[in-house]
Amino acid sequence: MGILEKMMQLDRRWIYLAVGLAVIIPAIVGFRVPVAVSPEVKRVYDFVNDIKPGEYLFVAMDYDPTTLAELNPMAEAILKHAFSRNEKIVIVTLAQFGPGMVEQITNGLAKEFNKTRGVDYAFLGYRPYPAITILAMGVDFRVPFPVDYYGVPLDSLPVMRGIKNFYNVKGVIDLTAGNTADMWLVDGNGRYGFPLAIGITGVMAADYYQYLQSGQLFGIIPGIKGAAEYESLVNMPGQGMAQAAYQVVAHSVIIMFIIISNFAFFATRRRRGQVGGAR
Amino acid sequence: MKREIPLLIVGITGVMMFFQYYVPTGWSTELFVRSQDWIIVIGILSLPLGIWSLLNANVQKLQKVKGERFYSAVLLIGFLVMVLTGLRRENLEAGSVHMTIFSTVLIPIQATIFSLLAFFVASAAYRAFRARSVLATILLLTAFIVMFRFIPLGPISTANLGAVAWILSVPNMAAKRAITMGIGLGATATAIKIILGIERTYMGHD
Repeated sequence: MGILEKMMQLDRRWIYLAVGLAVIIPAIVGFRVPVAVSPEVKRVYDFVNDIKPGEYLFVAMDYDPTTLAELNPMAEAILKHAFSRNEKIVIVTLAQFGPGMVEQITNGLAKEFNKTRGVDYAFLGYRPYPAITILAMGVDFRVPFPVDYYGVPLDSLPVMRGIKNFYNVKGVIDLTAGNTADMWLVDGNGRYGFPLAIGITGVMAADYYQYLQSGQLFGIIPGIKGAAEYESLVNMPGQGMAQAAYQVVAHSVIIMFIIISNFAFFATRRRRGQVGGAR
Repeated sequence: MKREIPLLIVGITGVMMFFQYYVPTGWSTELFVRSQDWIIVIGILSLPLGIWSLLNANVQKLQKVKGERFYSAVLLIGFLVMVLTGLRRENLEAGSVHMTIFSTVLIPIQATIFSLLAFFVASAAYRAFRARSVLATILLLTAFIVMFRFIPLGPISTANLGAVAWILSVPNMAAKRAITMGIGLGATATAIKIILGIERTYMGHD
């Protein structure tokens, strides 16, 4: 078997090794990659930046630990931005394993920015049936969430006084790794008309750009790159910037493998004198 | 009657909820709020069934299936520990046993399993992403252009903004909208068939 044939039949374990090293080495070495800000991320930043102190931002953190590597940096960057501007934040999660992560993030950031739970922000908790919960919150946050995550009635939280439903918040940012984005689009933005932006995993990005053009979304934060862009905009480098380096190297390795694979494919075909065609 | 009563309940509820959505009055809002309570009640009633089924299946495996005993034991122990440690609301706050297990066991396990995808994607891309035909070549080139847009490579990422914007908002959007409209029409047709009692498979038989 020649080298070209060997390349065509490359053992997948070599690919696994290369990808593993591509992630581990940048994590050990630690370097930064240049981050150019895209318009869709800038629009989300501008939106949060234009909310006045004391006005409300609604953040839905609808993801499980499976995708926290991509979505936690976004959540942290947005919450840091809003906290630093003294905006009031209402947080929910419509993901089953979301509450534990939201708890960790909000507690940590609240300490960092000297914010008080129930006064500067509220974490309403988790409810199943996302579409129904979104529709119900449009009526009144107290319908699906009579008490917050910690069992405190919403009416007794200073941050929730004078705020009833989506009409009282400036906008909603949904961080999601699943189809809850569709529900926020249809049952949230479609029904109640509030400004909506989403933060999603990189693989989901192409699916949601259509809603930017239609105006249903005012912004998208796509994957780690989006998180890194937001961090650079707020000038608070975090996990997004760090992980962007791993992503560049890992993607470069995958691209390199695709190029090698195609080179081997064409070289083998030429050698065999075969004429290419669809198979 | 075993067939007619469920059909009647589904039909009446479907029509009521349809009008509730499109007629936003005090009455319809009250109806919606009440229906929320009912959904929660029905969900709670189905929970013991699910738990019983899970426990029963794994206890059976623990007793009879030699090769799977270990996994069933892990599941049953994990289930009991998480239920017992999470019974009180105070246990849901950071630092409690329940939350410590959640953040030190569940989060790393889930994140690790999902991250394995990167390896499979790399392997699959190596084998499948070959320019075997004109269509495959177009797909490959498009993927490259879009991929460069979503990798943080500084100015290189934004160099092809126009091309990526066109790909995403013309061919991609056309296909996506066609699929979305198809799904929407299909879902509407199915919903109407269920409300009218034509589609009855949800009852376990035709």
